Amino acid sequence: MKSSRFDSTVLTFCFAFLYLPIVILVVYSFNASKLVTVWGGFSLQWYRSLWSNESLMDAAWVTARVGVLSASIGTVLGTLAALTLVRFPRFPGRIPFTGMIYAPLVMPEVITGLSMLLLFVALDVDRGFWTVTIAHTTFTMCYVAIIVQSRLLTFDRSLEEAAMDLGCPPVKTFFKITLPLILPAIVSGWMLAFTLSLDDLVIASFTTGPGATTLPIKIYSQVRLGVTPEINAVCTLLIGLVTIGVIIASITTKRNEARRIRDEHAAIRGVL
Amino acid sequence: MADAPAPSFAKASPLRWLVVIIPYLWLVLFFAAPFLIIFKISLSDSAIAMPPYEPVFEGFGKLGDFLSALDFENYQSLVEDSLYLAAYLSSLRIALISTLLLLLIGYPMALAMARAPSTIRPTLMMMVILPFWTSFLIRVYAWIGILKPEGLLTVALQAVGLLAPDQQVEIYRTDYAVFIGIVYSYLPFMVLPLYATLEKLDGTLLEAASDLGCPPWKAFWRITFPLSLPGVIAGAMICFIPITGEFVIPDLLGGPETLMIGRTLWVEFFGNRDWPLASAVAVVLLLALVVPIVIFQNQQQKVG
Repeated sequence: MKSSRFDSTVLTFCFAFLYLPIVILVVYSFNASKLVTVWGGFSLQWYRSLWSNESLMDAAWVTARVGVLSASIGTVLGTLAALTLVRFPRFPGRIPFTGMIYAPLVMPEVITGLSMLLLFVALDVDRGFWTVTIAHTTFTMCYVAIIVQSRLLTFDRSLEEAAMDLGCPPVKTFFKITLPLILPAIVSGWMLAFTLSLDDLVIASFTTGPGATTLPIKIYSQVRLGVTPEINAVCTLLIGLVTIGVIIASITTKRNEARRIRDEHAAIRGVL
Repeated sequence: MADAPAPSFAKASPLRWLVVIIPYLWLVLFFAAPFLIIFKISLSDSAIAMPPYEPVFEGFGKLGDFLSALDFENYQSLVEDSLYLAAYLSSLRIALISTLLLLLIGYPMALAMARAPSTIRPTLMMMVILPFWTSFLIRVYAWIGILKPEGLLTVALQAVGLLAPDQQVEIYRTDYAVFIGIVYSYLPFMVLPLYATLEKLDGTLLEAASDLGCPPWKAFWRITFPLSLPGVIAGAMICFIPITGEFVIPDLLGGPETLMIGRTLWVEFFGNRDWPLASAVAVVLLLALVVPIVIFQNQQQKVG
């Protein structure tokens, strides 16, 4: 068929465009030569020199801590926000609330960063680890809210109703029925929140203080000086980490999905 | 669905309102309140102090003095200095061209994905999302190595003979590099909403059209494209709004003459330490984006 040949050409070109730069970057992190355009043979020397680069390792440690903490708080807040959006159809101030959930998704980072910084200055808070964490929590919770919301919208309410009809108190129903069912969405929300925090340069630059330099800030200041194989190595490690995380997450979601379908079938058979 | 009174769950104790109140307060404190502060500081004067602006709010007793010290001087300098206007216009121009380019590349890609056999669609989807998970900064950085004069593109073109050995590609640090960087970074944001609408498209409509003798290209313009408009609008807004305020891409790939307002704000803030002027730049940028943000929000609420 003609149209399918056109389609596969389009897909080939687009995916090549998306992946080639990343592949090149990864390949050249193993380059023995310091020149980016000359292949000098395979070598792990840039990874070894990373290991001994203390300021880079410090930055990585700060980034990991900010990421885990802000993703976790952001996931709790985002899940609550998603429940609000789906389960509380009417309350005063609902429209501004929805606005505050969607706006950070598209808000230029320079504006979010600057406004947060000015808030911290106005409150006379010392800037550092905690201010970056709060800033990251605020914008990542909105992404979590959107992901969990879409799961809640396709959610079968009769399960909750059945539990409560049988006398299960609402809070217990939430933890026994609702939470396990929306857990895959919450997990992928957490992962997205973590990678967004890991990735952020602009908001972190505005809200950081002495002693809380994150990896993107560090990478950015070195990139401005030029391309070096060492940065390629850092980037490759980050890409590897994220890829492994995404693959594990998608395998677990698939497995959970399969188990859920199996359980539902078993339940239906049991009823019949 | 949303109108159905939430049963038992909402009938439960008043404590259930904590679900609403906690995220609400957080967003008001850390997202909404800062905009008021930005607005206030944009009316202040810069000062050599910490914080580097005055007046500083010192309690309600001195409210009168505090208010009288505020003025629109910074906005005046935004209007008077043609640099700022040029930066705003140039940002909007770059965002508009990039969004069109993204549509031009993203639409065929989303269409091809939606028409692919349903068995490989999840894999294709995953392949679009995966680069989105890798760092923005890293993806922009990857292009520096390719585009610089002695970079891989020059080497490759010289190798195939398209470029004489003494010539070099002159893209890095120009607007072209900025366009490449933006299209590359934002492509997943464009493809995903487009794919979401195209995949749900009712295939029988196209079959009906072709049974009635409608040529495929005409069927595309009369059926597929109009029905995919919500996806086009969503994708365009998701890309256009943040691109307008983009900082990293013009800073790393653009040249000194690449004017973008996000970069101007950054320089005003970190370089010149003029916080009030940076705040005024942010307020005006926000005003320029209010219309697209409202369109985006309505679109999202319809989807939700």
